[in-house]
Amino acid sequence: MSENEEKKVEKRKKIKITPIKHGTVIDHIRKGQAMKVLKILGLIERDIDFIVSIAMNVDSSEGKKDIVKVEDMELKNEELDKISLVSPEATVNIIRDYEVVDKHRVKLPDVVKGILRCRNQNCISNQDEPVKPEFEVVGKQPVTLKCNYCEREMKGEEISENVI
Amino acid sequence: MTYEFEKDHVVTIKDFSVEEVKSVFDIAEKMIPTAEGEEKISDLEGKLLATLFYEPSTRTRLSFEGAMKRMGGRCIGFAKPGTSSAKKGETLADTIRVAAGYADIIVLRHPHEGAAQLAANFSDVPVINAGDGAGHHPTQTLLDLFTINEEKGSVSDNHIGIAGDLKYGRTVHSLTNALSMFDTELTFISPPSLKMPDEILRELEKKGIPHKEVEGIEEVIEELDVLYMTRIQRERFPSDKDYEKVAESYHIEKEMLDRKDTKEDLDIMHPLPRVDEITADVDSTPFAKYFRQAANGIPIRMALLKLLIEG
Repeated sequence: MSENEEKKVEKRKKIKITPIKHGTVIDHIRKGQAMKVLKILGLIERDIDFIVSIAMNVDSSEGKKDIVKVEDMELKNEELDKISLVSPEATVNIIRDYEVVDKHRVKLPDVVKGILRCRNQNCISNQDEPVKPEFEVVGKQPVTLKCNYCEREMKGEEISENVI
Repeated sequence: MTYEFEKDHVVTIKDFSVEEVKSVFDIAEKMIPTAEGEEKISDLEGKLLATLFYEPSTRTRLSFEGAMKRMGGRCIGFAKPGTSSAKKGETLADTIRVAAGYADIIVLRHPHEGAAQLAANFSDVPVINAGDGAGHHPTQTLLDLFTINEEKGSVSDNHIGIAGDLKYGRTVHSLTNALSMFDTELTFISPPSLKMPDEILRELEKKGIPHKEVEGIEEVIEELDVLYMTRIQRERFPSDKDYEKVAESYHIEKEMLDRKDTKEDLDIMHPLPRVDEITADVDSTPFAKYFRQAANGIPIRMALLKLLIEG
């Protein structure tokens, strides 16, 4: 066994979750947010023909976390950045032939459109109008969004509760 | 004379710069003789205003229609949703696009927050927000500021007390935001359960506007240059008894103004309608400015219609 292959085996032993050959691994998702991540990425409603697996409540050095693996699919950064709304510490690993070829932390976008509904039931964006709810990111720690219609702010739980 | 006014729509007072507010004041002042019927102008002859009122508001609608007609323009529209296509399920976005095809400017009153912003996004003629749910009512704020400016010579350098329901009151939130553009001192007078929201107080702190909170009008009345009264709504309280206890301490009567060491030029304002916050015996005193304030709705709305239509 070559040195490189030995390293790969060692690495696989460390990871309790089965590694994937090609695709995207989203790691360090906040505990309990994996389903929201799938929702934000549209992987629940979308008619997909690739394997998506999730691991919840996984031990890590910083406590419990969730992990999502999307096989044979390299998701785009702008799509992945939306995850930061419910899990700002999440990291994205692009895997090719079991190797991590790119690793980065999700980045909060400036504007969030069409993935959250406004928490204000009386906001015009929650009525049957032909518009997508739209928010400006006004704070990063904690993530704070302001509705571009009614100007109501949302943060923390309110954000994850309002994923469409 | 050229005026500084870059707006395509009027959605919230927060979009205004001090210069733009002053431009509105300058024109509004020139409009007063026309607003009072002493002069005749035809600046907006041939122009059409659509008033789309999904909620009843006699005062606001009449003053917009009056303002348009005083400048030679005409009006179309509806005053309750029962008579509109909204009842048939048409979206606001569609109604706005249709109305924009008929009229040169739209005035919208709607029960949902953000409706005016949505309308502005879909309309290719100017939209003026005449109240969107608990959101904004910028023309009320402009006429409030205009009245203070008219009575005091400037908005700045005044100690302004704002009394009543400061928690839910749309008018007082917009007014506070607008006053923070000027060099004023503010006192908020309310029962503890109806205090000014923290986010608005934080904004004042950021801007360095001196302000304090008190529970009773009498605690502060002698310091004030302007006292802005608002209505406390019965439905904000768990019982009639609770309401009556509070309402009693949030009213002004002539005896109080005479008795107290009030400034001679104190101006008492109110967005109206009042219930019993200001007793009728105050009306004939020089302190009462609320009917003047209501009348200022016409020149202010004339100025906005003119600025937006003439671009």
